[in-house]
Amino acid sequence: MDAAFWTYFFVIATFGLYIGIAIWAKAGSTDDFYVAGHDVHPTLNGMATAADWMSAASFLSMAGLIAFLGYGGSVYLMGWTGGFVLLALLLAPFLREFGKFTVPDFVGDRYYSTAARVIAVVCALFVSFTYIAGQMKGVGVAFSGFLGTSFELGIIIGMCIVFVYAVWGGMKGVTYTQVAQYVVLIFAYTVPAIFISMIITGNPIPQLGFISNVRGEDVAMLDKLNTVVRDLGFLEYTTTNKSMIDVLCITGALMFGTAGLPHVIIRFFTVSSASAARVSAGWALVFIAILYTTAPAVSAFARLNFIDTVHESTYISSEVDYDGDGVINGDDYTFRAQQITQEGGKPVPPWFKEWEVTGLLGHNDVNGDGVIDYTPLPDENGSISYAPGMNQLAIQTEVSPLDRDIFVIANPSIASLPGWVIGLVVAGGLAAALSTAAGLLMVISSAISHDLCRRTLFKNMTDKQELLTARFSAAGAVVLAGLLGVFSTQLGFVAQVVAFAFGLAAASLFPIIFLGIFWKRMNKEGAIASMVFGLVSTFAYIYFFKFGGGTPDQYFLGVSPEGIGFVFMWASGLVGIVTALVTAPPPKDIQDLVEDIRVPGTRISHGAADSGMAPVPAE
Amino acid sequence: MSQHLSEIDGKGYWSAVVRLTISLLLIWFAVSYGAGILFRDFLDQFAIGGAPLGFWFAQQGAIYVFVGLIFYYCVAMTRLERKFNVKG
Repeated sequence: MDAAFWTYFFVIATFGLYIGIAIWAKAGSTDDFYVAGHDVHPTLNGMATAADWMSAASFLSMAGLIAFLGYGGSVYLMGWTGGFVLLALLLAPFLREFGKFTVPDFVGDRYYSTAARVIAVVCALFVSFTYIAGQMKGVGVAFSGFLGTSFELGIIIGMCIVFVYAVWGGMKGVTYTQVAQYVVLIFAYTVPAIFISMIITGNPIPQLGFISNVRGEDVAMLDKLNTVVRDLGFLEYTTTNKSMIDVLCITGALMFGTAGLPHVIIRFFTVSSASAARVSAGWALVFIAILYTTAPAVSAFARLNFIDTVHESTYISSEVDYDGDGVINGDDYTFRAQQITQEGGKPVPPWFKEWEVTGLLGHNDVNGDGVIDYTPLPDENGSISYAPGMNQLAIQTEVSPLDRDIFVIANPSIASLPGWVIGLVVAGGLAAALSTAAGLLMVISSAISHDLCRRTLFKNMTDKQELLTARFSAAGAVVLAGLLGVFSTQLGFVAQVVAFAFGLAAASLFPIIFLGIFWKRMNKEGAIASMVFGLVSTFAYIYFFKFGGGTPDQYFLGVSPEGIGFVFMWASGLVGIVTALVTAPPPKDIQDLVEDIRVPGTRISHGAADSGMAPVPAE
Repeated sequence: MSQHLSEIDGKGYWSAVVRLTISLLLIWFAVSYGAGILFRDFLDQFAIGGAPLGFWFAQQGAIYVFVGLIFYYCVAMTRLERKFNVKG
């Protein structure tokens, strides 16, 4: 059985499973559709949150990114896990106790303001659409790279699958498919990681291999990696050329952004109580940590293995009849590889040839010596620079093109694993992308059907009408997300997810949700001022440096666009506090509401605060 | 049915919660921003296995501590809820 067969097998089998779950979990009410009936088990919700959270980027790209950034990649590891501590301690249990459906619900009711609700809807929609386009693109890439379909057809297939379980099952369908998707993706990630850890360090546990010696040598794996990359002319692995302030701010923006992302927050509305929300956040982080502590180990192993096998290897062309039998086939590689070995050389490894056909990597023989030199090439000024702010990822070598995703997807072939593992990795990547896309779709559809239609425009809608609207807006959102994915290469903002989605969530949503719980005096005026300030300042800064021609030497305090959300988060919080202090305090009903959500089990309806919609009590 | 706030010491409970939250966030700050970023160079002179300690905190250690922090918070909150007779 070859890899193509297994890829089809796993993709079709997992898709069938997701649809089966969706049919079983049909949503019968708005309660089911938005929050899965408020009765998901905390551990299962933890798994669903982990799948919801870990996107195509976490699964396919993160390890490769860290392999090239070394210590600089730590911002993703700390940022995308540390946010869950903030969620568990500062937001999730209180928002569950608040007892409604969406993030704009909280903002609108806590700040007794339709304007605040609508601004929150705008933030949630912008963040979610930026994020979802990247997921659909990931689905398209996976299909076109592995299943031989076109990029567009891949996205359409992905859209149909998500359509079935999101539109039919709502949050209930999404939750249970995410549980299944977590199992698929974590298995697909860890199996190749265990094998590659054994190859490099002899230790089957990647986290331990990370701090062990290289197999059969008396030198620590990381020490060896440092020496090897330094000798080749790269920056040492355990260092970075980013300034400390920038590393600090990017980590902060990712952490607070994570805590403020609506699709993560709403997962905690699906459990039965505040204490279940806390436990659930703990489980979510356990399930996420399994992947996030494996990833940096995979990065280091893959970089070391890559240099070991590729650097100074003699390239073997796929267009030369080496053995002279008149046909060009796999025998030519074997023949030439033996020849090179006999001459005392190192042939290009078979996995390199195997993946070259996908266009993800190749050999650009700049000096024409037929050997792959994996050393940094000088830029147009003839120099190699690691000055602060200089993008390490832009350094070119003779291995070109080189897509960083190769460090995860080629692992099974690097480790000579059987074909079914490759199929599993493809299914895992699709699971990661689809589960995140579905979570985002729920935010988008509920923002439209619940916050805009039911709570703002048509307040007399019945539950049944709202459910129908929710299904239609989910369907519309699927189509729009697919279109964004298809045109993602032309849309510059899609590639800036890290800056836009996290920066905006950190600067516009986090401060007002946090202050809404921890500061009773926070009022409508303060919330609106804070959100608008956070949204406008962060958007303008990112836009200026990503698309408006700004250069790194103009950075404010040396902070890059990826980290600016952290700076503006403090600023927008301050704007909110000052505005609140010079305007009237919130009504008594609101202050009572805040006291209630702080103390589990005391939530009752409070006049003005809950006139639009009664809270769902905890079990 | 929900109990009402007047029956329990909501203020005492809340200030205990805030104290707990602040102390856990100090640890959260110390292992990530502290050990992984601000004091990394200092910690890198020590090693855990074959990894420089500051680097290890940034790529592994902080994550383990984060997990521990959330579960400790769950346990401590259950204890507080029992102490203040809050439903939880």
